[in-house]
Amino acid sequence: MLDLIWLLPTFPLLGFLSLVLTSGNLPKKAVAVIGAGSIGMSFLVAAIIAAQFIASGDDYFVIEVWTWMSVGEFSPGFAFYLDGLSLVMMLIISGVGFLIHLYSTGFMLDDPSYSRFFSYMNLFVASMLMLVLADNLVLLYLGWEGVGLCSYLLIGFWYENPANGYAARKAFITTRVGDTSMAIGLFLLFTQLGTLNIQDMLHAAETQWPVGSGLAVAASLLLLGGAVGKSAQLPLQTWLPDAMAGPTPISALIHAATMVTAGVYLIARTHILFELAPNVQLLVAWIGLITLLMAGFTAMTQHDIKRILAYSTVSQIGYMFLGLGVGAYSASVFHLMTHAFFKALLFLGAGTVILSLHHEHDIFKMGGKRKQLPIAFASFLIGSLALAAFPFTSGYFSKDEILIGALEMDGPGIWLWAGGVLGAFFTGIYSFRLVFVVFFGESKAHHDEKEVAGFSMATPLIILMVLALFGGLISIPVDSVFNHGGEHEEHHISALMHGIMIVVPLLGIGVSYLFYMSKTFSIENLMSSSLAKSLHKFWFSGWGMDALYQFLFVNPFLFLARINKNDLIDSFYSGIVALTRTANGLVARAQTGQLRWYVMTVIGGVVLIVCLGVLL
Amino acid sequence: MILAVLISVLFVGGVLAWLSENLDPSFPKVVALTTMLISVAIMLTLLGESDSEWVASLNAQWIPRFGISFHLAADGLSTLLILLTGFLGVIAIGAAWDEINDRSGFFYFNLLWTLAGVVGVFTALDLFLFFFFWEVMLIPMYFMIAIWGHENKNYAAMKFFIFTQVTGMLMLISILMLAYFHYIQFGWLSFDYFDLLNVSTSGTVSMWMMLGFFAAFATKLPSMPFHSWLPDAHSQAPTAGSVILAGVLLKTGAYGLIRFAVPLFPEASMQFAPVAMTLAVLSILYCAKVAFAQTDIKRLIAYTSVSHMGFVMLGIYAWNEQALQGAVMTMLAHGLSAAALFMLAGGLQHRIHTRDMTHMGGFWAKVPRMSFAVLFFSIAALGMPGLGNFVGEFLALLGAFQASIPLTVAAAFGLIFASVYSLWVIQKVFHGEYRNSDFDDSHLSDLSRREMVYVASMMFGLVWMGMYPQSFLDMSEATIQGLLTATESITSMAQN
Amino acid sequence: MASIPVEHGLILAALLFALGLIGVLTRRNIVFVLMSLEVMLNASGLAFIVAASRWGHAEGQVMFLMILTLAAAEVAVGLGLIIQMYRRFHTVDINVLSQMKG
Repeated sequence: MLDLIWLLPTFPLLGFLSLVLTSGNLPKKAVAVIGAGSIGMSFLVAAIIAAQFIASGDDYFVIEVWTWMSVGEFSPGFAFYLDGLSLVMMLIISGVGFLIHLYSTGFMLDDPSYSRFFSYMNLFVASMLMLVLADNLVLLYLGWEGVGLCSYLLIGFWYENPANGYAARKAFITTRVGDTSMAIGLFLLFTQLGTLNIQDMLHAAETQWPVGSGLAVAASLLLLGGAVGKSAQLPLQTWLPDAMAGPTPISALIHAATMVTAGVYLIARTHILFELAPNVQLLVAWIGLITLLMAGFTAMTQHDIKRILAYSTVSQIGYMFLGLGVGAYSASVFHLMTHAFFKALLFLGAGTVILSLHHEHDIFKMGGKRKQLPIAFASFLIGSLALAAFPFTSGYFSKDEILIGALEMDGPGIWLWAGGVLGAFFTGIYSFRLVFVVFFGESKAHHDEKEVAGFSMATPLIILMVLALFGGLISIPVDSVFNHGGEHEEHHISALMHGIMIVVPLLGIGVSYLFYMSKTFSIENLMSSSLAKSLHKFWFSGWGMDALYQFLFVNPFLFLARINKNDLIDSFYSGIVALTRTANGLVARAQTGQLRWYVMTVIGGVVLIVCLGVLL
Repeated sequence: MILAVLISVLFVGGVLAWLSENLDPSFPKVVALTTMLISVAIMLTLLGESDSEWVASLNAQWIPRFGISFHLAADGLSTLLILLTGFLGVIAIGAAWDEINDRSGFFYFNLLWTLAGVVGVFTALDLFLFFFFWEVMLIPMYFMIAIWGHENKNYAAMKFFIFTQVTGMLMLISILMLAYFHYIQFGWLSFDYFDLLNVSTSGTVSMWMMLGFFAAFATKLPSMPFHSWLPDAHSQAPTAGSVILAGVLLKTGAYGLIRFAVPLFPEASMQFAPVAMTLAVLSILYCAKVAFAQTDIKRLIAYTSVSHMGFVMLGIYAWNEQALQGAVMTMLAHGLSAAALFMLAGGLQHRIHTRDMTHMGGFWAKVPRMSFAVLFFSIAALGMPGLGNFVGEFLALLGAFQASIPLTVAAAFGLIFASVYSLWVIQKVFHGEYRNSDFDDSHLSDLSRREMVYVASMMFGLVWMGMYPQSFLDMSEATIQGLLTATESITSMAQN
Repeated sequence: MASIPVEHGLILAALLFALGLIGVLTRRNIVFVLMSLEVMLNASGLAFIVAASRWGHAEGQVMFLMILTLAAAEVAVGLGLIIQMYRRFHTVDINVLSQMKG
């Protein structure tokens, strides 16, 4: 059965192909069956394979389906590699992906491009599965780019609106910047180590490069460039909030199951390389920390329900980076999994809210919706509790592990820990700000709408609620991947620290309660000073990063393109043409058409030649 | 013998197509398609003989007094490119099927003669013969642009002609000098490729001779700064002309570099390589940027062609196995993707009588199949893994990285720019809101069944190249290994 | 028979040639231009004759015969052209007939 691992990406790929080839001529029922069913099949296969793999007790399993290309020493194959890490990833992707697909069959029912939607979604999942199962970096790059492409297609799914197209292109091009860095990283790794097979490459790096060597630093930095692009971390995080332009299930897919986790996966997969470059690894931690704090501030200022969730994703991925940076790999992967559960839950819940309220996105136009939208309310409540790391929800366990990992680190570890805890405080504020504003208080508009929640939409939500609550109890089999023979250390964390980690998110929730629920404090007072206003504006704009990039990159590029539309080099050749024309014009003056003028010239010439002949 | 038959079939078919117009105006296209299919069948027989290095060799005396012979042969690289020519020839006839109604006999005559010239260029192993075919493919192309082109056709045709003719003359001078050096060193005149390979040249003279070849090939490729004929030629040419131009004619330049410019003057080429690679990188980046600024869709695709062919030149002058294989794969994949894009753009122009993208938008709802096709080929062109262009560009960059890190890093930025302009086309033409006030949309119909067949076959080709490139890599491997071994002593010296 | 000095003959030829040339340069009527050309041709023919008789060679007379036939042919063609020109442009003024300017 393990040999059939290639079926995993093949099912969604077949789904994609059949939907594309029928080009929208299938009835919606059939599309739903193909679209969601292909992912369901994948999940089924993944589950069986996972059971067999764990039962076999092996550390890893490799199978090469065919050699992709073989040029000299460079011979990446279509080869799949299964170990604890890719096992967890493939289960998350196919499992959560299936739930999202199932939800979408109801959510998108009224859309005329139903078939196109599912074809892209299937391709998305296929690419992501390819990414996590790839045995070499080139195949991983295939999935990597495929994911980027599908994000482009899906974010710009409603293509009539140019703003969506803009967001889609922004996502693709921003991540492509990272991808290019990663591609250069691949060139470097191949040139230096002679292989791009991940395990061989890591092994070669370990034996050939001393810790802290320049090559290791360069290679890991280049890979990090790719990772920050896909995972929307500083400095390439700006695309993710705009990516909300697509239909909501896509946001769930991008944020929970696929795409943004790719960067985390890449670093976890190549962590040996990062350990060879401790400075870069520390950089990963700092990037994570700064991103999570910045995104936390921004999330507190947003009005759009999806943008709040988007920034919360950026922030949570920041935690994963923090964990990777401090060496708590399994904690990061664990958080990746729990985050997939509760973020999918939140986004799908948001989808229900948005669909029920006729595409209303502004949370301040909602209010008091807990009776009107019971399932969405339950989803948000549970999802936000998990997001805010409320004790004994799934998010609590995973976030705790990451922070403990940071605390255990020498040197800057305590600062990273403190930052992470501060971030958890913000998380409490912004996640419950959303819950309080949308579901409590007075209903401001949209009084009459009923909740849209058929069977296909409610089931995934309920399953995800369970997972978000109890997902923290799952133990993931990644020890063999990250512990290279070393003993698993026991945590020695004082009760005080534990207490802080439990209390701080609750404090955040409390602050949120005081501001938005009991109105003990008023936002208006807080916002009255001009400093607060400008700060709010600054955070609201995502710390001005968009404007900065517009100024630094976009405008110069547009300017250069505009001034040189007609190709400067062509004017050189036009110059030659003009010169020839001018010369021709001058000489052509002699051509008067007057016969006697010609005769005169002939005689003048003859006389001149005769004179010359006589004189010389 | 096969090759001579192949070329004569194309020549004769061209004449027949011309003559058949007198019988019925609809005959020429049928004759041309038949000729082309026969040619493809002949080409496929080349595949069976892949045992020896040079297949279908034919060496007959032509002008023995000057050592000129009629020497044709094909190796793996030539065979690949001939097959590409045959495939795109069929596609081009398909593109012209409805579009060319005026003097169609003469049109198909020109088309087939151009292709005959191209096949000759890919197989000639006598430099004089090579030059002869080089000219043969040029002149019919000139007529195709000048007679069946669009609003500014005379300017474009003349520009194309002058650029290629002037640089072709430089190449002729180099060929004559090379033959002369052969005469001095060996005592008899010869234009044969294998004889001329033995001519030992060095110093400034060999650099000048190499530059003569380089000028001709870099113009055809085209590379900065010789590229500016291409946007005009492409935007004015009829669709079939664009398909042949982008798909096949540009590749003759790259082929010339691989087959002649570098092996004949390895030493000078190695000295020149940094300059050539820099030009390649400049082509990639500069033309990508200019492409983005265009509003004429065919002009835009033309500039992207220049940008992509930059990867080919980068790969060739990196001169190692990965880079060369990458260059060859890029040639093949770009041949398909650019030809397909030109065909679709031409189809669009045929339907709405404008190429100006500022008038377009929101076509997805009207022509979903065409939109998907353009999306597919744009995605292929921007280097999506799983499609042919990725394999080519990735290998070319991988090889180039071993030759020059800074230039490769700079070239890699081309990947970002490629996504910028490709997605811009999609946005401008197919996304956004549909408005038809600017043009007559009564003929805006989706791809016909015939067009679907062509588009699907090209898609299939790109997926094949992307998923299992080995079938192509294996064919060109022997050629590339041979070239690398032949120049090994010099390249290794240059590196030390 | 007293021979005419060769100089006289040449001077006469030169004078005739110059007259013809002046005619070509100054006349506006293309018929007169053609006639002036005839004069020039005959002047050079005269020079040939004079030279031939001076040195007693036959070639000069042969050349004259050639010039004669040439002049005849030229007149035939030239007049034909002039008639065509007159038909088309209704004028024989060469100042008017100057369309072939650059």
